Amino acid sequence: MLEPNRQGEVWVFAEQEDGVLHDVALELCGKARELADRLGVSAGAVLPGADVGEMAKKLFAHGIDNVYLVDHPRLSHYQTLPYARALETLIGKHRPQIVIVGATAIGRDLAPRVASTLRAGLTADCTALDISDVTDPKTSVEHKNLLLQIRPAFGGNIIATIVNFDQWPQMATVREGVMPLKPPTNNRTGKIVEEKVEIDDTAMVLKLIQRHVEKRKVNLKGARVIVAGGGGIGSRDNFKLIYDLAGAIGGAVGASRAAIDGGLIDKDHQVGQTGTTVRPALYIAVGISGAIQHRAGMEESAKIIAINTDRDAPIFSVAHYGIVGDYKQIIPMMIKAIKEKK
Amino acid sequence: MAYDSVVCVKQVPDTANVTTEAMREDGTVNRGSLPTVFNPEDLHALESALAVRDEYGGTVTVISMGPPKAADVLRDSLFRGADRAILLTDRRAAASDTLATSYILSQAIKTIDRYDFIFCGRQAIDGDTAQVGPQCAEKLGIPQITYLHEMVSIQDHVARVRRSIGHGWEIVEAKLPVLITVIESANRSRPPSARRVMRMKRARVPAEVAMEVKAEMPEGADEQLAAETERRVQELREKGLLIEQWDLDHIQADLSRCGLAGSPTKVHRIQAIVLTKEGYTEVQPSETGIKELIHELIVDRTWG
Repeated sequence: MLEPNRQGEVWVFAEQEDGVLHDVALELCGKARELADRLGVSAGAVLPGADVGEMAKKLFAHGIDNVYLVDHPRLSHYQTLPYARALETLIGKHRPQIVIVGATAIGRDLAPRVASTLRAGLTADCTALDISDVTDPKTSVEHKNLLLQIRPAFGGNIIATIVNFDQWPQMATVREGVMPLKPPTNNRTGKIVEEKVEIDDTAMVLKLIQRHVEKRKVNLKGARVIVAGGGGIGSRDNFKLIYDLAGAIGGAVGASRAAIDGGLIDKDHQVGQTGTTVRPALYIAVGISGAIQHRAGMEESAKIIAINTDRDAPIFSVAHYGIVGDYKQIIPMMIKAIKEKK
Repeated sequence: MAYDSVVCVKQVPDTANVTTEAMREDGTVNRGSLPTVFNPEDLHALESALAVRDEYGGTVTVISMGPPKAADVLRDSLFRGADRAILLTDRRAAASDTLATSYILSQAIKTIDRYDFIFCGRQAIDGDTAQVGPQCAEKLGIPQITYLHEMVSIQDHVARVRRSIGHGWEIVEAKLPVLITVIESANRSRPPSARRVMRMKRARVPAEVAMEVKAEMPEGADEQLAAETERRVQELREKGLLIEQWDLDHIQADLSRCGLAGSPTKVHRIQAIVLTKEGYTEVQPSETGIKELIHELIVDRTWG
């Protein structure tokens, strides 16, 4: 159990796979920079892997001051125990005050294991992180500059702010796309700290037999326009209209959980808390009632158009434009209007 | 070769169906008014364990931590084929965060002592953290395999499994014991068996018996209630219908690591999500209305 170290750095776990840094790691670098500036400390990134030193530049460009490089052949593919050992060793040695990890398949496997070893608190899937003084209502002690870990809870029906008074580091995971990816400053430099971590046979208990990686078929994150359909679309056939509108306007096709569960479209298209979080220039929600889990994944879009037959659907609460009516009539009208303008 | 499994299950409020009736005037959620369900992924964890037993022999023990009402999910597990069920219930465990919860569960698993597999659902729908599984594995000092998609084979105490990695999969091998977290795509969970329901629907934990006795004898004196409870508990035990109930003392838990005291994360504030009904421009579902909308999107450079 580690005591608070108020001079400690703000750290990011620099997740990489097959020689590529994960986007969420770069998004978190920007957040770590911001938090570090608020606290007046440096921002650090832990970079475990095999032959990954080159990636440090990118981390510097996204706001990191110190890259803690753990280059080891046993870290070539992610495995829980060797990666946990690298992270635990460095946290114990440098005692950062905050450690943020991307809530990816890897991050959600790694962070709890590390937090358990350190007996530190860990808050999953934060949607916002902030710094504030907090008074413990039990002891009336005021704790300066704590990390506010803000996340939806209870199926997204409430927003909880979590703090960790004394069992540090303060750890949190954040989903991809939740923090904006800031543009890199390419000439920005920092320090590479080469770390030796012993990864002996006791950490290599899993044997990797085979690995199969699929390219992402749907690029929702990069899309400027997203046309998304929900349970109200009714059938796979009707979803063609969503594709038609996306084709006409030049956008990607998204979907709500109800559409996925109803078998209308593949899971790759899911927008929302358990799917992809998006912030396009334009989001058109068709036949989506707007459950909180869905809204959490798209409400940061610059412009939102909602089309629904139910005037009381919650989706209208986040919309900029609302059309109450039958999408089967409205979409063809939209396609026509778009073609006329082209 | 037979394998023994422990399955961790949780009773959760049905957060997927929070209706307006469940919201209080001040916007907070009234947990009591929500129906409870067997955490969906835990059903798949249970199925994984039952499938191992059906193929290789061994036992399936289900544990749940929660209030006496959580015995519902244990009964359900027995109906579906579990051999043994244990309820961990103790007021001193209330308000545990994931670290404290995993400590308590790991102490219970150590008390069970014999296990080759621990199966957990990947995450529970009331918190969605996916932390308790990996944290239990760490506390037990055993490897974890998250996101089980398929049990490929088990041979000589080595399990080979296919796990999902989000954008693909990998096949890994681990020597037992191992903790595995299970996702929905891993299997189809079997329904309760009618025969087992008939046989075990009256199974109870002692705390439930005490509550039933109190409800039936509202005027009864304490000693009278205690005696009647003990009589019924004894009767259930003889019929093999008593679900084990453990507290923190039974699992030799260090109380400073349980409940609020053992939880590094503290809830500082809770805000209800209030839907605002303002601020959107209503567009008429007509050719003119939609033409104007597209025109506006071009003017403000959203599109085009």
